[in-house]
Amino acid sequence: MITYDSITKIYGKGNNAVTAIDDISFTIPKGEVVVFLGPSGCGKTTTLRLTNRLETLTRGNITIENQNIMDLDVVQLRQRLGYVIQAIGLFPNKTIAENIAVVPNLLRWDQARIKQRVDELLEITNLDPEQYRDRYPVELSGGQQQRVGVARGLAADPKILLMDEPFGAIDPINREEIQDEFLKLQSKLKKTVAFVSHDIHEAIKMGDRIAIFNQGKLVQYDTPEMILTQPKNKFVSDFVGADRALKVLGLMRVSGIINRKPKNIIQGADRAQAALHFLDTKESRYGIVLEKNKPIGFVTQKNLKYEEGPVRDVVEPYPIFISEKTTLRDVLSSMLMYSTPTFCVVDEDKNFIGTVTYNDIQKAVKASYADETENVENGVSS
Amino acid sequence: MNKILTKLYRIIIVVFILILGVTFERTGLIELLSDPYEYPVIIELCIQHLYMVSLSMTFATIIGITAGILLTKQRFRKYAGVCMYIIGLGQTIPSLAVLALAMSFLGIGMKPAVFALTIYSILPIARNTLAGITAVPPELIDAGKGMGMSPMRILMEVELPNAMEVILTGFRIALIINIGTAALAYVIGAGGLGDLIFTGISLMQTDKLLAGAIPVTLLALFADFLTELLGCALVSKGLRLSR
Amino acid sequence: MSTLQFIMDNFSQVMYLCWEHIWIVGIALLIATPIGVALGIVITKHEKFASKVLNGANILMTIPSLALFGLMLPILSIFNMGLGKVPAVIALVFYSQLPIIRNTYTAIKNVPPALVDAGRGLGMSRWRLLRELEIPLATPVIIAGLRTAAVMNIGVAAIATYIGAGGLGVYIQQGIARVYPEMILAGAILVSLLAILVDGGMALLERIATPEGIRVQRKLSR
Repeated sequence: MITYDSITKIYGKGNNAVTAIDDISFTIPKGEVVVFLGPSGCGKTTTLRLTNRLETLTRGNITIENQNIMDLDVVQLRQRLGYVIQAIGLFPNKTIAENIAVVPNLLRWDQARIKQRVDELLEITNLDPEQYRDRYPVELSGGQQQRVGVARGLAADPKILLMDEPFGAIDPINREEIQDEFLKLQSKLKKTVAFVSHDIHEAIKMGDRIAIFNQGKLVQYDTPEMILTQPKNKFVSDFVGADRALKVLGLMRVSGIINRKPKNIIQGADRAQAALHFLDTKESRYGIVLEKNKPIGFVTQKNLKYEEGPVRDVVEPYPIFISEKTTLRDVLSSMLMYSTPTFCVVDEDKNFIGTVTYNDIQKAVKASYADETENVENGVSS
Repeated sequence: MNKILTKLYRIIIVVFILILGVTFERTGLIELLSDPYEYPVIIELCIQHLYMVSLSMTFATIIGITAGILLTKQRFRKYAGVCMYIIGLGQTIPSLAVLALAMSFLGIGMKPAVFALTIYSILPIARNTLAGITAVPPELIDAGKGMGMSPMRILMEVELPNAMEVILTGFRIALIINIGTAALAYVIGAGGLGDLIFTGISLMQTDKLLAGAIPVTLLALFADFLTELLGCALVSKGLRLSR
Repeated sequence: MSTLQFIMDNFSQVMYLCWEHIWIVGIALLIATPIGVALGIVITKHEKFASKVLNGANILMTIPSLALFGLMLPILSIFNMGLGKVPAVIALVFYSQLPIIRNTYTAIKNVPPALVDAGRGLGMSRWRLLRELEIPLATPVIIAGLRTAAVMNIGVAAIATYIGAGGLGVYIQQGIARVYPEMILAGAILVSLLAILVDGGMALLERIATPEGIRVQRKLSR
């Protein structure tokens, strides 16, 4: 774990002095990904570079696993930390294998072990070792290069990774993919990661915790949920974005609000008038139609009014079904797209599990955030 | 690979033309070359020429590259502009003048010649070393530092390999100028192939003249070709591919 | 210094030799520039010749100057022009080709194609484009090429003394032959000064020729 203890960094002297970091203290717990987030010039990258002594502290201490970084030999310290940068920085004059092997070579591992490690790392970053080992960086696409960059950072199996906007130079589509891969990797490897980003979406997706910086100060240090639902001040809520509610929905899943026993279920074989009567007693303007426990669609009271036959003759099919793992944000998006306020939740075999309605979602959002510093928006009301 | 073939092609064409010109002239060059008295002299002058060139190039390369590297390091960076200007000035000075000046202070013979040649060859090498290393993308250095490479490691494994192509170009320019200037060294008493050329001119002996001029030309072209080969060996494949 | 004394004593001769030297270089540049610039422009339009022409000029420059003189001698002797200023000027013209052609080619190629496109879109004729956009932007680089050629030529002209072309090299040649140190130094120093002055002068010319906008741009990007 990494502890930042009242650190300050001042560039220059006298009147031209610039305080990049002003008395910041926080701790990165072991095995967690902490995202340093903030606008340009806020001090996030400086903090990262202070950690591997690429910059020097003006005041304060940084300790890694209870050792003060100033007590360690700087070159050895850096060899112990993984370092991945935005510009990727693969050495064009070395092959992919040689690039990855840089730190292991510095640590004098024997060649057999290095080769094995290189192949291992290429595998887990989804690059076929046979194909890519002897290639040169210039032959790879940006996304592939960055994967190699990550592999290089992990080469010596450091316990701690420092990443400075590592996915910034990749196009958005590949970026999604590589972020997902990294998260999968992290769930297996459980490294302690300090991750600099300026993108709130990336921070929410990647971080176990987020440290928000502004003008050299640490504004809030919390889990993504807390930052979204309880921003400390206007800066944080502005930075997070006015669509905070939607972002929170991105963190919540159907399984959290699903209604497993809705009152308005009717069977496809039921007769229309009987169903109509049934819905009346339940005070529901529409009904969910099931057949053999699989949803086939819905009917409104209006549809049923003049019908005589079975319900299934007038059923309107649902455009899509959702699963328990779907995020509420995606559900809301579908609701808007299909102008349908209710969806059915199904399992892999398309069996009915429950429903999610627009009202359910609204209630969930309201329950989750309490914001004293903002005016209540008039548009969102139930 | 393609570049080498083109260069070879060029050399072949020039050689061909040269030979053509010679045979056309029927200047008696062939007789001169097969004369058992003349032949060894020509060889010896060739060796003298090569000696001057290799010695001065060795010194110039060592000094030039070291100077180039030093001027890129933090401490000396402010001197870089001044140093380059001074060395540049040295190159503006005509080669003959440099030889003449060397002679004025060091006497005649091979020593002042090698000295002058060394001085004259330093600039292209030093300037290109400086430019090459400065042109290495800073994020590579940052990545290297961040991973825990020592400054010496970074120099050897990152900066020099990436600057090698530019440095070699400087080396090539210096070498070719060197070979040409070494031909002039005759006038300050240093021998070399210039002997044949100058003698040929003053005595109006075309065969002697050509016996000097053609080898020098071939030498220069061959040196060009050799440097290209050197490039293939020294410049990493990864860099060549990215051109 | 005795060298200074020497120069002052023979001032008129010094002036004459200087003039001779400048004359040779000047004539050569006068001939070489139109040829070089024209060739440079032509190969930007016809890419396939570009590499051949540049290679050719490169080979010319690879041949050591003295050897070039030597090679031309027998051929030109047929016309009784093997010695003297003529072969000197011819060799200088050959040598100047590479820097001039290459710089012209690079200069024109480096004019951002986006600008040419914009100009065409605005309705500028090919000729107009050349005159108002490409040439002003390319000129400084071309002058830089001329500068290289000029300085190089001064050096080669000094060597040309040995094939009877005259110029400041005479002092060096004669000085060595007569073991006259002051003369040697005078020759070496004078020709060096000439080279430095011409270099500086052309650098100034380069600056003057740089359009104001580019000069500012360069300053800001420093």
